[in-house]
Amino acid sequence: MPDNMPLLSVKNLCKYFPAGRGVLRAVDNVSFDIRQGETFSLVGESGCGKTTCGRTLLGVYTPTSGEVYYNGTDISTFSKREKKLFGKKAQMIFQDPYSCLDPRMTIGSIIQEGMKVHFDLSASERQNKAEEILRKTGLRADFASRFPHELSGGQRQRVGIARALALEPDFIVCDEPIASLDVSIQAQIINLLIKLQQEMGLSYLFISHDLSVVRHISDRIGVMYLGGIVESAPAEEIFRNPFHPYTQALFSSILSVDSDRSSGASRIKLEGEVPSPVNSPSGCKFRTRCKYAAEICSNISPELREIEKDHFAACHLINK
Amino acid sequence: MAVLLDVKNLSVSFRTMHGEVKAVRDVSFELHEGENLAIVGESGCGKTVTSKAILRLHDRSGGIVSEGSEILFEGKNIVRMSRKEIGEIRGNGISMIFQDSMTSLNPTMVIGKQIAENILIHKKTGKGESLSQAKKLLELVNVPDAAERMNQYPHQLSGGLRQRVMIAMAIACNPKILIADEPTTALDVTVQAQILELLSDLQKQFGMSVILVTHDFGVVANFADRIQVMYAGSIVERGKKEEIFSDPKHPYTWALLKSIPGRHQGHKGELYSIRGTPPDLLLPLEHCPFSPRCEYCMPICKKRRPEEKYMTETHGIACWLTHEKAPRVDNPLKIGGEARAR
Repeated sequence: MPDNMPLLSVKNLCKYFPAGRGVLRAVDNVSFDIRQGETFSLVGESGCGKTTCGRTLLGVYTPTSGEVYYNGTDISTFSKREKKLFGKKAQMIFQDPYSCLDPRMTIGSIIQEGMKVHFDLSASERQNKAEEILRKTGLRADFASRFPHELSGGQRQRVGIARALALEPDFIVCDEPIASLDVSIQAQIINLLIKLQQEMGLSYLFISHDLSVVRHISDRIGVMYLGGIVESAPAEEIFRNPFHPYTQALFSSILSVDSDRSSGASRIKLEGEVPSPVNSPSGCKFRTRCKYAAEICSNISPELREIEKDHFAACHLINK
Repeated sequence: MAVLLDVKNLSVSFRTMHGEVKAVRDVSFELHEGENLAIVGESGCGKTVTSKAILRLHDRSGGIVSEGSEILFEGKNIVRMSRKEIGEIRGNGISMIFQDSMTSLNPTMVIGKQIAENILIHKKTGKGESLSQAKKLLELVNVPDAAERMNQYPHQLSGGLRQRVMIAMAIACNPKILIADEPTTALDVTVQAQILELLSDLQKQFGMSVILVTHDFGVVANFADRIQVMYAGSIVERGKKEEIFSDPKHPYTWALLKSIPGRHQGHKGELYSIRGTPPDLLLPLEHCPFSPRCEYCMPICKKRRPEEKYMTETHGIACWLTHEKAPRVDNPLKIGGEARAR
């Protein structure tokens, strides 16, 4: 593999769902790359297609059109054996640590389940490996014999991570892994994810709506609106210098400890609500709420273009 | 400012199979006219139980409010009121909005009727008059196409609109106090900001007092006047917003503020995390409840519970570090060179 080739590359990915008489365009023409050892984050409001995007790229959903390349190969052309290998190398961590663990299985068997499929190991070897992974995720080895209900939310999330790590992946989709946790527990899980990445060279697709966490953990960030990426750039760059009107509005809504709304720091107000993805506007999807919208915006859908080095935005009105 | 609500020595417990869970332990605080008081803490610290106790919403959930507890509203003790008396106050003098607007609204009733119901009960106006007032309220909380929305069911509205409907119901009878329990936790950042700005506008317009229950320091930093930090059923630190953010004194407050990702750790740097877990609330906890997790724990902390000590008239801390014989410990957020707060 040449050095500059991304681990995972998404090209013009679309995923539509039938919705009554119409079509719900959950993911619409999305392209991005994730390099080895990198964290790429997708942010945006509920319903913007971040989760669907993560799932489609793992092959949970079949894409309507577009391709996903893993190490340079289109995953839809994979043979049965390659598909199985991809299923091992690409893992997922879920939002809700309560519903993603089978309540009738012990932690040990949850972690070993995937190993049975992918590794040729004896029962005792599997057990040893499971215990080693538990320790790596900050849990005691004796947790293996416990059931999910005996664990706290933070501990369960660690089990979710351990389950993903058991298959020695090189790519993990983290779908809102910290959304349901308290701040102090959130900090522990974020630390763990960063530590594991540094030790094992993992790549993450991190999906979250918590922008301060995203800023902390990401190398690059893509902002989604109504199924499409409107802007993508390195993490610090996009926060310091957002180009797209939607990104500007989204970031100005963040209530952080450092901001003070009462002292007059103003928020960019968006008119109305997000339009339905079944009936999305023509041209630029954001134009109905954009205060800069011009005629061209309703006719032609803007493509992502490089405004500054590594900083892409999909807007007609931004000049280089 | 006049005191509107005076909570004295409130304790609430729940009987469970394993024993009595003491969720709120001897909490006292005052709410002044027109102010926004935030109660902050992590899951299980007793913030929701405290706020629900104010409206006696534990009557049917098995919560036991202990003997000496007093909640004085307009000079009357809510704890000792008859069911009829408390019924007069709920939704009228004090009202509440909840985190999950989907489960708090009646799914089988159009929203216009749900809002009118409150007015019908407390104001005893006719049906038509109540409905037209309901429509005005929807306009007041900035629901677009109010007339049309009146005849829609909760599932037809987005999360942000449902929360606006909840607010319209809550303010229908001009309450003196509005309790907002995690009003924006389930919402997106853009909608969160809209809802909190709306609450803040309404508060100014009607001169309401708001009790904001939340775990989000970002929300608190932008909307609260006064803050109470709770841990294991007790208030560990309280003060004006400026006091809590620029000069926090309790190690638990430090820990919470430090664990929020921000500029002070550096990109991908390690975030601070509090070791251990919160204590079991079945235990009597005669020592400082935070001592097993505290970096500054002293022998006394494991023996006796610290009294709350006031640094200023408003800034109270329940920690042995404030004792005159204790070693001086500086706020670790400042030592790092960059204090987070203004």
